[in-house]
Amino acid sequence: MQDVILEIKDLTIYYETDKETVKAVNGINLIINKGETLGLVGETGAGKTTTALGILRLVPDPPGKIISGEIWYKGENLLTKTEDEMRKIRGHEISMIFQDPMTALNPVLTVGEQISEAILLHQDISKKDAMIKTMEMMELVGIEGIRHSEYPHQFSGGMKQRIVIAIALACDPSLLLADEPTTALDVTIQAQVIDLIQNLKKKMNMSMLLITHDLGVVAEICDKVAIIYGGQIVEFGDLEQIFNHTKHPYTIGLFGSIPNFKKKSHRLKPINGLMPDPANLPDGCTFADRCPNVTEHCRSGMIETIEVEPGHFVKCINLLESGDR
Amino acid sequence: MATLVEVKNLKKYFKTPRGYLHAVDDISFKIEQGTTLGVVGESGCGKSTLGRTVIRLLDRTSGEIYFEGKDISDVKGAQLKALREDMQMIFQDPFSSLNPRMSVSQLIAEPLLIYKKCANKEELNNQIAKLMDTVGLALRLADDYPHELDGGRRQRIGVARALALSPKFIVCDEPVSALDVSIQAQIINLMQDLQEEHGLTYMFITHDMSVVRHVSDDILVMYLGSMVEFADSEEMFQRQLHPYTQALLAAVPIPIIVANKERILIKGEITSPINLGNECRFAKRCPFVKEKCLHEIPPLLEAVPGHFVACHYVKEINHL
Repeated sequence: MQDVILEIKDLTIYYETDKETVKAVNGINLIINKGETLGLVGETGAGKTTTALGILRLVPDPPGKIISGEIWYKGENLLTKTEDEMRKIRGHEISMIFQDPMTALNPVLTVGEQISEAILLHQDISKKDAMIKTMEMMELVGIEGIRHSEYPHQFSGGMKQRIVIAIALACDPSLLLADEPTTALDVTIQAQVIDLIQNLKKKMNMSMLLITHDLGVVAEICDKVAIIYGGQIVEFGDLEQIFNHTKHPYTIGLFGSIPNFKKKSHRLKPINGLMPDPANLPDGCTFADRCPNVTEHCRSGMIETIEVEPGHFVKCINLLESGDR
Repeated sequence: MATLVEVKNLKKYFKTPRGYLHAVDDISFKIEQGTTLGVVGESGCGKSTLGRTVIRLLDRTSGEIYFEGKDISDVKGAQLKALREDMQMIFQDPFSSLNPRMSVSQLIAEPLLIYKKCANKEELNNQIAKLMDTVGLALRLADDYPHELDGGRRQRIGVARALALSPKFIVCDEPVSALDVSIQAQIINLMQDLQEEHGLTYMFITHDMSVVRHVSDDILVMYLGSMVEFADSEEMFQRQLHPYTQALLAAVPIPIIVANKERILIKGEITSPINLGNECRFAKRCPFVKEKCLHEIPPLLEAVPGHFVACHYVKEINHL
């Protein structure tokens, strides 16, 4: 049995406005073991970022509300913590890398000030020592330490993302939440940043939740994969199970939508239709309207999650009825 | 097959306070009718500027552009307007390229009205309905506004607008980059169907190597305004001869599990395109850089039949 660092149980997060309730996250269960990287994969509006914000209790309230669930981090339920206790955890125990390095940094503070801010907040050291640590962090992510007095606009996109990573890692967190850390970057720069994150993760023995829509990135760095659709985990398993024994029709559709880089096929097989409106989710399976194998049973009641092989979970009732396909 | 578009030694420089920015630097190519030229490169390599210069949205600095054998480098006024009927563009961002104050039907009608394509209201409405049907937009959306639609549907409006005048040539500037993968595949399929039905010719600008392989007949790789490699799609994916293309392809994460994947990481980032000297554009990041690369721009030469590469040491690097 491996050490569990984070366990999410039945997490439900809604955004409630006067007009409607947006059901962003609906009863998610996730486990991240120590040293592991879990990929959370889904499309725009699937609830990926809301889940990550939920873990840090940063869902903007109002309109966002954590309706139910438990988030166990190192044996403690984060949802019962006070705001003061959470502040000690954020950036220290659990850190986050945001998607867009262009907007995640404060344009009127030097990058050094922004990195040392995190250090000073969580560690009882002098400003001078914090700056020494800051320069070490910058060297660690591949930027010369003497550039600490420069402002974000003096760095390129890839460099800015390195600074964001330095801030996130400054206090040696145990868990890193990376929200599309390379989406805004060019491929050659993306490869450099992925490489950097991989190396640092190993060096610092961190666990990571990687949020992405790119199955290519997942194949490169993740140990486990959770596919999220309409605020629910529709498939969960290790890399091998998700990529080579794909079970859920949505996951199959995702793979069919990607042009194959190694072989030219004549036509892509897209998933028909669109994501359901999270303010108006259908009864039964959220994927039913787009599913090629839909039956009448899909449209009502709770869809159970089935363990099709050890550690491989699929939320689809057709698998039960027709057996393993 | 006839050549539809031909570009010879095209240059587009922008004047900046610090000197000239070489956005497009001496590029030549041909696109045969009914085929797709894929243009790949990273942000800032000049691929969008190239597309815009070719269809005369930007004026070139020097070089020639031919369309159906006619030199269109300097056409102006009414002639240029007539030319635009044959050359259209699909823009990257369906969120900012549509006027938020126009409804779907107004947006699609706009080109038809400007070019006075319809004699009366009825004909116009028929034409709009036909276009909406072609790109897979339900008629009930005709009175909706762009903000009410998702990205995929908005991009369909962009496609319908580009198709409205039955053009022969469409420059597609990252048409699917802003879309989710499942929607991206729908739009790519739509564009391929339209190409087959109407014999369209595309210039497809993208940074996504998997998409470019899927849609292109020929591929042009750009780096810092210059063309570093050109070949047909099959050949290009069989073997990449320029060190930049090799690194670019190696950097793409592939959704297949490969044990111990090795890859060449290129160091550093794209350098400034302002006031470029006589050096190979890629020299500062190239793992094979030698003295000569810093003093002489490598010409684009046919390294193997049909495969053009701009590198002094292409033969040595690839053991040709």
